[in-house]
Amino acid sequence: MTAIQDPYPSTDGPFDPAAAAAAATDAILRDTLHGTRRGVVVDSPPGAGKSTLVVRAARELAAAGRPLMVVAQTNAQVDDLVLRLAEKDPQLPVGRLHSSEPGAFDPALAELPAVRTSAKIADLAGLDIVVSTAAKWAYTKVDEPWRHAIVDEAYQMRSDALLSVAGLFERALFVGDPGQLDPFSVVGAEQWAGLAYDPSSSAVSTLLAHNPDLPQHRLPVSWRLPASAAPLVSAAFYPYTRFRSGTGHGDRRLAFGVPGDGSGVDRVLDEAAESGWGLLELPARHTPRTDPEAVRAVAHVVRRLLDRGGATTSEAHGAAEGAAPAPAPLTAGRIAVGTAHRDQAAAVRAALAELGVTGVAVDTANRLQGREFDVTVVLHPLSGRPDATAFHLETGRLCVLASRHRHACIVVCRAGVADLLDEHPATEPVQLGVTVKFPDGWEANHAVLAHLAEHRVTWRP
Amino acid sequence: MSLIETLARMEAVAAGRAQPRCTVRHRHLAERPLVFVPLTTAGEVGAPLGALVGTDREKPALLAVPQPRDRDLRFAFLAELAETVLPYVDGFADAIEWEERKETDPETGKKVPVQVELCADAPQLIVPSAAGIEFVRLLGRSMRFRRTAEQEPEAPYPAPPHVPLLGRWLTHLGERARVPGASLLLPMTGLLTRHWATGQSVLEDQHLGALLAWIDPPPGTSGRAAAEYAESARDADGQLRCPPAGPATDPAFDNRLLAPAMARYDAGLPGAEEALRTLVEGQLRPTWDAVWQGIDLLRTLPAGARVPDRWKRDRWSYTAHRDRIRAGEPPQPKQDDAVTAAQKLSARETAQAQLDAQEALDDPLVMAGRRLAGEAFQGTVTAVEMAFSEGKRPMPRPLVTLRTADRPQLSGGGKLYRPLADGKTQTAEYVAAGEPGTLVVRLTGGMGRGKTPEPGSVPEPDDAVCWTLFEHAPRGGPELPDPEDTPWTHGGPPPGAADLPHPAPDPVTAEDFL
Repeated sequence: MTAIQDPYPSTDGPFDPAAAAAAATDAILRDTLHGTRRGVVVDSPPGAGKSTLVVRAARELAAAGRPLMVVAQTNAQVDDLVLRLAEKDPQLPVGRLHSSEPGAFDPALAELPAVRTSAKIADLAGLDIVVSTAAKWAYTKVDEPWRHAIVDEAYQMRSDALLSVAGLFERALFVGDPGQLDPFSVVGAEQWAGLAYDPSSSAVSTLLAHNPDLPQHRLPVSWRLPASAAPLVSAAFYPYTRFRSGTGHGDRRLAFGVPGDGSGVDRVLDEAAESGWGLLELPARHTPRTDPEAVRAVAHVVRRLLDRGGATTSEAHGAAEGAAPAPAPLTAGRIAVGTAHRDQAAAVRAALAELGVTGVAVDTANRLQGREFDVTVVLHPLSGRPDATAFHLETGRLCVLASRHRHACIVVCRAGVADLLDEHPATEPVQLGVTVKFPDGWEANHAVLAHLAEHRVTWRP
Repeated sequence: MSLIETLARMEAVAAGRAQPRCTVRHRHLAERPLVFVPLTTAGEVGAPLGALVGTDREKPALLAVPQPRDRDLRFAFLAELAETVLPYVDGFADAIEWEERKETDPETGKKVPVQVELCADAPQLIVPSAAGIEFVRLLGRSMRFRRTAEQEPEAPYPAPPHVPLLGRWLTHLGERARVPGASLLLPMTGLLTRHWATGQSVLEDQHLGALLAWIDPPPGTSGRAAAEYAESARDADGQLRCPPAGPATDPAFDNRLLAPAMARYDAGLPGAEEALRTLVEGQLRPTWDAVWQGIDLLRTLPAGARVPDRWKRDRWSYTAHRDRIRAGEPPQPKQDDAVTAAQKLSARETAQAQLDAQEALDDPLVMAGRRLAGEAFQGTVTAVEMAFSEGKRPMPRPLVTLRTADRPQLSGGGKLYRPLADGKTQTAEYVAAGEPGTLVVRLTGGMGRGKTPEPGSVPEPDDAVCWTLFEHAPRGGPELPDPEDTPWTHGGPPPGAADLPHPAPDPVTAEDFL
């Protein structure tokens, strides 16, 4: 196996995030453009510039006269990629293959001069880059396979989805985040557990099981996560493949124009502004999933974030370098609420509507994957539960919820989760031949809780 | 667990007996099912101890193995089982109907209609519990690769005739049982828990005796007391009054009764075999009766309207396997190849989505659960406003306002589906919430091709309507490559059947048939 790039070069001296990231990117592009292997795998921690890498790799392949197809997992991801490609190079001929249903793609694509959209692959023949979802590619037939492909979010793609599209390309760059939610199936797939091509496992596990010597790379720097969050997320969810944040302590600031009123909610906001983390702990209690008190607490936190005139200051970059970065107001669009279940998200939306808050993204971990906000408010997946099931313990779920923010993350939770974890050790059957994932959800949950405990504000609503 | 099931379980606790989860029966129940109650030997995988099997509740065939560790006796049992089960399974092979199906013509590559055989009915095996299904799979796996003297005259230790064939059928039934809603092989505990909610945990529901005690307690007893009795009451000799439904036996039975009886058999004492058979039958008979009691209970429910559709798929499955056996194809491989595994998973996911939708459409109580979960809503139409789509040919897109107390999880533009009287589905999209308690929905289909909607296709004020957020006939997944075109990402094509007689067995164990 090709050695994984170490983000901590053994040479002493200050860590230069930009140089480390550039070195990793260069190595990836070298293997992609000039390598002899059929695949290249890139692991990217949250906010490490995965989309930037995909856009750059696609442009360089196209510039080298090698047309390619790009596979993403959702329509939103595909639209986002096309917009990014067009932003970087408005003249680049890009095809957006979409389903024949109305509203299948972002209407903004129609404004782009070099982008052609169609539901038929024949209409897009000859374009440098054709982008679509795995589901649409699976129904596509071509006479001659593409010489190149980029598979985005490959860890969220199921092995059987890769099986149905892999015939379309000769070689591919697989990019994804191994720490996020694994793909799942609504029916049991235990009978194939341990097989290299288990159809319910992720595309990358199958790919690497059959091609163990493919070059594997890693992006070493998270540009999204602040210096307060990267060490925790890295240690809790990527213990063997550590990464660093691209910014230092003090590069990012969250401040409020209105001082706190001393309530629990305001105190947790101040704690989060100060340290990047806040835990609003409600009294221990077993509750239904849509715990009304916890849901109201989440809504209040969001309301106060907006009412107190939050302002975020980010590190200077680009043209503004040297000048003091100006604070930007924290608007509803820069805040997200993350939950484990859809009914919880619906309850939070209703509670926010009652408080007159609109424009805040409220969704489950699955749907927040790949998105970025300034501040996130999380309803802890284990809050108020009497049991710790595999679903609620899943490492990826907590990782997604704890790694969407650029400035601060506030977790709302009932007390007693640590005890719950201790009372419910993992009971999933051990399957022979299945690679055990580290860390397991139990371990990761404890690590995050232990850290959050230092930023705890107890509150009785 | 869904909210409505939690509610039903709490009501069951309060009422002291199980509560219905359905108003109709959601699984096909054959007129003449074959009930199979197996027992296995503790400590030795795949060593049957005995079984009651048959289609007549009064006259089950008793098969017993006096010494399960004796492999000759084990094969005698399997041969006897084959002679009991195979005539039943084969009995459906010859009564056929003709069905039209589209097939790709190998010469022209076009889809042409062909007439194919479809068996008019299919066998149905009922076992007591989910563990029984696993045991059927294990038996299938242990038998299907065996060779008979006829197949391989030179090989030592030939299997009795029909044993490999039984293995192939049991494997097929066990595999089919993994498809949601399939009814060729069913566990009685699964059937009962689908239709009733008890006041005990899901794990406790796996005990057939306790489950039946909650659903149908003896007069004057609460379900809870009856279930406790079924689970733990023992007689003066320390034996369970309600033996476990198997295939595992109770250790007290193994130690105090079975072991001494086997020792007497091993010593060659006269009458020992007969005594053992009586002993095994005593353990099996209560479970046998319990399975039939379950069948009686299920027969009190009328079948759901879409159950025959799903049974037809089971008939297709049975017919296809019949054809494979008739064509002399080899037994099912030990492990699926990459393409087969992906195909099976995709088919099962489609079947699950279809089952969920069909159960809700067949049964207002199941639909109530979906409404409670925010996946459907029912209401009364208060206003209908005619509107048309934009474009060259304006099509009717009426706006329907309805009053509902349900709280569906809707967002703008969300797709909705409504069953029409003729069995078709009308599509619509969610527009917005109107006044409190009302919703506005735009119809987008099911109104014919004309400029005015076909009569009866648009609901009228005061009509009660039910829209679902889920599709009624979800589509299957995309086509997968042929196994010989398996791509490099999945290890390339599997080794051809011609290369190896068997895929390389477990390298550690010389004889690996399990």
